[in-house]
Amino acid sequence: MMIYLLCLILFCIGLYGVLRKRNIVKIIVGLGIIEYSMNLFFVLLGYRTHGRSPIEARTENVLNMVDPLPQAVVLTSIVISLAVTALVISIAIRIYEYYGTFDITKIKRLKG
Amino acid sequence: MRHNPDAGMSIIVKTVTRLTVGLILLFGIYIVLHGHISPGGGFAGGVIIALSFVHLMLAFGKDVASRKLSKNIASNLEAVGALMFLLIAVAGFFGGSFFVNILEKGTPFKLFSAGTMLLNNVAISLKVGVGLFAIFLALVILEGSKKKK
Amino acid sequence: MELYILLIFMIFGAIVAIEARDLLSSVIAVGAVGFALCLAFLVLKAPDLAITQLVVEILCLIILIRATINRDLPLAIEGRWFFNTVSTIVFVAVFLFFAYTALKELPAFGDPIMSVVKRYIEQGTTETGAVNLVSAVILDFRAYDTLGEATVLFASVIGIMAILRRKGRKKIEEKEDAS
Repeated sequence: MMIYLLCLILFCIGLYGVLRKRNIVKIIVGLGIIEYSMNLFFVLLGYRTHGRSPIEARTENVLNMVDPLPQAVVLTSIVISLAVTALVISIAIRIYEYYGTFDITKIKRLKG
Repeated sequence: MRHNPDAGMSIIVKTVTRLTVGLILLFGIYIVLHGHISPGGGFAGGVIIALSFVHLMLAFGKDVASRKLSKNIASNLEAVGALMFLLIAVAGFFGGSFFVNILEKGTPFKLFSAGTMLLNNVAISLKVGVGLFAIFLALVILEGSKKKK
Repeated sequence: MELYILLIFMIFGAIVAIEARDLLSSVIAVGAVGFALCLAFLVLKAPDLAITQLVVEILCLIILIRATINRDLPLAIEGRWFFNTVSTIVFVAVFLFFAYTALKELPAFGDPIMSVVKRYIEQGTTETGAVNLVSAVILDFRAYDTLGEATVLFASVIGIMAILRRKGRKKIEEKEDAS
């Protein structure tokens, strides 16, 4: 229970960064922290005390494995998060090229 | 390996890169092929393959790396990976429905076991690795074009 | 016990990453958080995830550093600073309260509900022939997820190519027509 709460606090730090900061790179960093905490939360839900990693052994029959399903879901999520980070970074680079700043309050001119 | 001596980093980095980049690529291929019998798989191996090309580009400049694998070839290879994955999925209709493992299972703990899983791993690694390398190439080419102005 | 130490380290790293003055130290702090997450995956008995997180973090760090280097800006604090901070903290506190009440319904840590996964663990190796059960789940039992992931990655690569190309297609065609 305590460990879920720590994970939630990590999520809230990322949320604070996304909502409060005005620099685009800080917002991307906040998004990254939110992704980390969500991945960790999924894997924490599938952990079994004194469990073993979900790979069969050659000599013995392993019974107390941890849950492989959250790990499979998170494995795809990690790679997607990298692609999404690259997409947001490329948009930020274009914004810097066009307006000369990373500050989101200075971006007011709306022309194509 | 002919290259412009001014591009890229210093001579120490270039020499070490020339020695290690092949080993990194080989390790990525090992991780991909042994994905069903040990930790690893298509995603991790694909990112390691992309990192070997990124390593080459950071050390030697973008010309050497894009001569090895240009942007058009990278885009085409990524499409080939996606189509290969879809084709394996559609081939499952021979066994009944979508995504059915039609090849024989083999004995566990052997390299050629688990049916289509090895081919799936290769397709995913092609897609992930070349896709991420294409992203990095696009970012670097944009930076270079801006400095020329 | 190791998990608590790693999580507290990650929380401090996240605070440094959010509050640091210049962008480069912020990016490096978020890299430290990612590597601590990789260690946490190893403690939680997920070696596949640890390998993937390690290599993805390296590539992510390279992309972020290349994007932010030579583009550092001093952060000007002006405007309604007090009002913005208070409203954000109130929102996060309300979110934390509701999420905490939701957490009480979860099963205790170390004792998961394994109703679906029981069949995968007992018969996964005989049904698919793969020894690594995570691979068996993502490539055989739940391959639709992987297909969706491949689609998202493809769309993202196309989006980056479209955003970052040097000239629009129209301008290139006009130049060819003129010449």
